[in-house]
Amino acid sequence: MSTSFRLPDLGEGVHEAEILAIPVASGQAIEEGQVILEIETDKAAVEIPSPFTGVVGDILVKVGDMAIVGDVLMTFETGVEKTTAPQVDTPPQVEKMPPSKEYGQSPVPASPSTRRLARELGVDLRAVTATGSGGIVTKDDIEAHARQKEQSDPLPKIVAVAVAAAVVPARPPAAPSPTGLPDFSKWGPVKRRPFRSIRRATATQMTASWAQIPHVHCQDNIDITGLEAFRQKHKAEIAAVGGRLTMTVFAMKAVATALKAYPSFNASLDLAAQEIIVKNYFHIGIATDSENGLFVPVIRDVDRKSIKELAIEVDGAITRVRTGKFSREELQGGTFTITNAGALGGHHFSAIINYPEVAILGLGQGRMQPVVITGTDGKHQIVPRLIMPIVLCFDHRVVDGADAIRFLHLVINALEDPDELLITMI
Amino acid sequence: MVMGDMEMNTDLLIIGGGPGGYGAAFRAADLGLDVILVDHRPRLGGLCLHAGCIPSKTLLHLTQLLDSTRRAERMGLRFAEPKIDLVAMRYWLRQVISSMAGKLMSLAKRRGVLVIQGRAHFSGAGTVRLEGAEISGIKFKQAIIATGSSPRPLPGLVFSPDSRIMDSTAALALTEISKTLLVVGGGYIGLEIGSIYAALGSRVALMEMKNRLLAKADADLVGPLQTRLVEHFAALHLGARAEGFTETAAGVVVRYTQNGKTAEMEADRVLLAIGRIPNCDDLGLEHTGVTLDSQGFIKIDEQQRTSDARIFAVGDVAGGIMLAHKATRQGRVAAEVISGRKIGFDVRAIPAVVYTEPQIAWCGLTEVAARREGIAHAVQRFPWQDSGRTQALGSFTKLITNPADGRILGIGMVGGNTEGFIGEAALAIEMGALAEDLALVLHPFPTLAETEDEAEGSNDNAGHILPKGDA
Repeated sequence: MSTSFRLPDLGEGVHEAEILAIPVASGQAIEEGQVILEIETDKAAVEIPSPFTGVVGDILVKVGDMAIVGDVLMTFETGVEKTTAPQVDTPPQVEKMPPSKEYGQSPVPASPSTRRLARELGVDLRAVTATGSGGIVTKDDIEAHARQKEQSDPLPKIVAVAVAAAVVPARPPAAPSPTGLPDFSKWGPVKRRPFRSIRRATATQMTASWAQIPHVHCQDNIDITGLEAFRQKHKAEIAAVGGRLTMTVFAMKAVATALKAYPSFNASLDLAAQEIIVKNYFHIGIATDSENGLFVPVIRDVDRKSIKELAIEVDGAITRVRTGKFSREELQGGTFTITNAGALGGHHFSAIINYPEVAILGLGQGRMQPVVITGTDGKHQIVPRLIMPIVLCFDHRVVDGADAIRFLHLVINALEDPDELLITMI
Repeated sequence: MVMGDMEMNTDLLIIGGGPGGYGAAFRAADLGLDVILVDHRPRLGGLCLHAGCIPSKTLLHLTQLLDSTRRAERMGLRFAEPKIDLVAMRYWLRQVISSMAGKLMSLAKRRGVLVIQGRAHFSGAGTVRLEGAEISGIKFKQAIIATGSSPRPLPGLVFSPDSRIMDSTAALALTEISKTLLVVGGGYIGLEIGSIYAALGSRVALMEMKNRLLAKADADLVGPLQTRLVEHFAALHLGARAEGFTETAAGVVVRYTQNGKTAEMEADRVLLAIGRIPNCDDLGLEHTGVTLDSQGFIKIDEQQRTSDARIFAVGDVAGGIMLAHKATRQGRVAAEVISGRKIGFDVRAIPAVVYTEPQIAWCGLTEVAARREGIAHAVQRFPWQDSGRTQALGSFTKLITNPADGRILGIGMVGGNTEGFIGEAALAIEMGALAEDLALVLHPFPTLAETEDEAEGSNDNAGHILPKGDA
C-alpha cells in the first residue's frame, strides 16, 4: 500500500519549514524512527523520523524547498511484508482520486467577509493561526498574519511598489532593479542568499522588539576577582559531574534573586488587555550562538536549582543547540534572558530585549584593569582587579530607571562577593 | 444611434443579458467602467426571467395554491372547483415578466449601461462583430461571456415552436394543457414543469434514464418527493431510455428501452428536459484564446478568467451548478476583478432549491460528493415533527458535518417551504458554524422552523433543522 508522508503540524503557529537535508533516497528501505528529513522552521532545526517501516517511493521535495504543513513530502510503500499474512481484515479499498489541493480536506472555517479580506491581503487561510471560538479564523487573525508577513518579508512589498511604478514607462524597461536597491554588482561581485528560516525569524523578533519597546540601557562594571577565584576553585569538581561552571551560571542565580526582589522585570506587557502580566516562575533564557544562528534555550525554575545543577543543565542545553538536537519546547517559556558576549571576547555592548520579556542582562569579558581601592584607613591604592562590564536593558514602559539601578546593583553585589551570592540564595 | 457600419469602443463588453450578464454589468458600471451589454433579446433578464426560473416559479406558485386548496378540504375548508383560465394565466405571466424586465432596464439606464440588441461574434483580438444590431461592431478592452445554456436536444431532433415535442421554453409558454404529457428527464426542470402540468390537469408520465430522480441531490432527500410523485403523476418510468420520437397528428409516439426491452408509449405532448448545453458554438471563439473543457463549457479560473487574458466567462456557459444566483455572483466577481480588485469566486454553500411539492433544498457539501471525494464526514438526520400544519410524509433535514469538530459542511432538506430555510443553512456553512451553534439558535414556535420532540417528552429544541440533543 502506498502512503503519503505530509509535513506534520509543528505546533506553535509554525506552518512552514525549509528542507535542509534528505538523508534517504527513492527506493531505499527504511525503518520506523529512522531520520528521513531534516527541516528547519523559523524556530528550530528538526530531524523528522519516519512514522513507517517500508520503502521510500517518490521524494517530492528538494533541499532548499519551503514546505507548508500538510504538503506531501514523500511517499512510502508500506506493509510489503504483510502480503504473506492472511488478508482477512483488510479494509475494502476506497476509490482513489487524484490528489488535489483541497482533496479530502474540510475548508478552513472563516466567514465570507474574513475570506474576502484574506484574499485582498494575500493571506493563505491555511497558514493563519485561528483564535476564534472553535478554531474559526477571524478578521483580526488575518490582519495579524498580514502584519507579521509584512515584517518578515519586506522585500516582496517593495517589489510590488516597484512593479506598479514600472507601469508608467518613465524609462526604457532596461532590467529594472526588482528590490529598489542599487545594483551592487556594478561595483564588484555579489552573492544573494535567501532570507528566511532562522535568519528571518530573528529579524522578525528583533524588529518586533525594537519597534515596540522603548529600550533603556544601564551600564556598569563588576569586580569579579573574588568570583573568578571561587570559579577556578570549583571548576574541576563541577566538570567531574558533567557541568561547566561559567559566569553565566552565577549570573543566572543572581538574576533569579533580583527578579524575586523586583518582579516587574519578570513580566510581559499586554497592551490589548491593558495589563502587566507578572510571572510567578523564573525561567531564564541563555542567548546561544550556533552555526545555524542565534537560539535562546530556556532553563526552567532557576530559583529552585543549585549552582551545580544549573552548570550541568546549561551546558547540556548549549550543546544540544549547537548540535541541532533540541526540541522546540526548550526554546519556549522564558521570562528573562542573559546574553554573555564575554566568551567571544566582547566587552561593552548593548542588547535588544527578547520580546515579549521586559529586560535582558548582558555580560562582557572580564579583563584585568587598574582599580582604585580605598582602604579602611582612607588611603587610596591602585590594584589590578578582574573587571567585567555588565549591561541591563529594560522596557521603560513597564519599569523605571531607579528600579533598574536597584536591580542591577543587586546583581552586581551578588557577583562581586561569592558570599553575598550564597546568602541571597538562602 | 446611426444604422450601418458604425463601430463603438468600450472598456467592458458583456455578451448575454441574463443574471450573469446584468450582475456583471451593474457591478462594473458601479465601479466606474464604461459598459456595453449585448443580448439577442430586446430586454434584460435572459432565459431565467423570460423562459426559465421566473415563469416556472410563478406558475408553481399558482399550482401550489391549487394544491393547498384541495388539501384544505380535508381540514374542513371547501372551495368551489377552481376554473383554470389559461389565457388569463399567460397574461399574468407576461405581466410579471414584463414588470421585472422593465425594472432591470431602468437599473441599467440609471447606471449608464448601454444595452444593445443583437448577436455578438468575436472577430479578432478585442473586437466583436454584431449581427442584427444597430451597429456593426464593438472594440473592447475586456469582455465577459454570459451567454448561458440551452436545453439539450436529442441527436437529430430540432425544437420547433409548433412541435408537440417541447423544450422547457415551449412548455412554459402554456400553449395547451394537453390531456397527457410525457416528461423525458428526471432533473429539476422536468420535475417542476411536470408538477405544473399535473396540477393543471394533465396526466403526466415521467421517463428517466437513471434509476433515480435528481441525480445531483442525495438519494435520501429525493425519497419523499418520489413517493409523492408516484401519487401525483400517472407513471414514473425509471431506468428507461427514450430512443426515438415520431410525431403524429394526434400526438407523439415514443420508443424506449427498459430492462433491455424496447417498447412504445404515446402522449399528446412530450417535454424533453435531459440537461442543458452551453451556448458557445456561435460566439466565434476560434478568434480568441478561450478554451473549452471536455463537456464544451468554457474553462475558467477562480477569478472567472478564461484562457484568453481579455475575456472572462460567468454563469451556465462556464459550467458547474447552473443556477441564476451563482451566475450573478460570478458576474460581480468578474466585474470586480476587471476593475482591479483582489477577489475570487469563493462560495462554500450555493443553495439549490427544487420547487416541487415537497420541496428539496441543499447547500454546501452533499453526502454523494463527500463520499466521491473522500472527505471525512458524519451525517445526522432530523425528521420534522408534525406541527399541526400540512407536512409531506417523511420530511427531514440532514446535516453533513466534519466529525473532527462538528463543523457543518453541508445541509439538505426535504419538506414544505425549504426555500425559506435554506438561506439559514447557507449562512451557517459560510460562517463556519458548528452543529451545536445551530442547535442553540432559538427558532420561533409554532413555525415549521421548529418542532419540539414531544415523543421523548424532552425540552430539547429539536426543530427541523436542529441536531436533537445537542442543545
